[in-house]
Amino acid sequence: MLEVLSGLLIACGIFLFASGTLGLLRLPDFYCRMHATGKCDTLGASLALIGCALYNGFSLVSLKILFIVLFIFLANPTATHAIGRAALVNQVFPWTRGPSPAGSNFGKEREEE
Amino acid sequence: MIVQYENIIIKTISRILIPFIQIYALYVIMHGHYSPGGGFQGGVILGASFILLVLAFGAEASQKRISLKKLTVLASLGLLIFSGIGLVALLMGGNYLDYGKLPLPLESIPKIRAMGILGIEIGVGIGVMAIMITIFLAIASYETEGKND
Repeated sequence: MLEVLSGLLIACGIFLFASGTLGLLRLPDFYCRMHATGKCDTLGASLALIGCALYNGFSLVSLKILFIVLFIFLANPTATHAIGRAALVNQVFPWTRGPSPAGSNFGKEREEE
Repeated sequence: MIVQYENIIIKTISRILIPFIQIYALYVIMHGHYSPGGGFQGGVILGASFILLVLAFGAEASQKRISLKKLTVLASLGLLIFSGIGLVALLMGGNYLDYGKLPLPLESIPKIRAMGILGIEIGVGIGVMAIMITIFLAIASYETEGKND
């Protein structure tokens, strides 16, 4: 029973990793790619590691794995937020379909400030 | 210096995480002789926690906790611990870094060796931490210092 549950959790985690990687490869620009990887990797890693902890049973190793899950849960979204904000401040241009009328202002307004 | 953008999320998470990163670094240093890790790796993690502090709070605000003067002293102290233990072993009649010859009040030679390696790793950890932060601060403050000169 516990083995089935842990296998299910690890499979869900791997599915999330796969979809995040697909987004990283296929989405058009920096912000969209980070949107895909930031969330999928956090939940995917958490689920896979919780599955490992369940499979391992009640021991010190499981406790360490749960600490890693907690760390990833706190650090990964924060790092994603920091990178996205740094890109916005440094005028990384978001993707738009076709030539963008608003896009020409995006970098210039900030340069003048 | 690093340009500071006020950001409550990064500041709060850094304040929560930095103590745990430092405890983990001490764990890595202390368990160096019978698990993966050791002085260098623990020192790098300890230095990374201070680099996170500088990134989140800015170089001026963290000047109170880590200044270049303190870092120079710490780097020298780490090297002094490392080479001092080696020289003590040399003075007691062994080879350089021969831990078994150290004058420690312990009953058996393996215990003395374990304590000697622990001392070496503490020295390496302090030195690596100080050098890591010094390199980071030097690279981060290069641009503005060049303009001031």
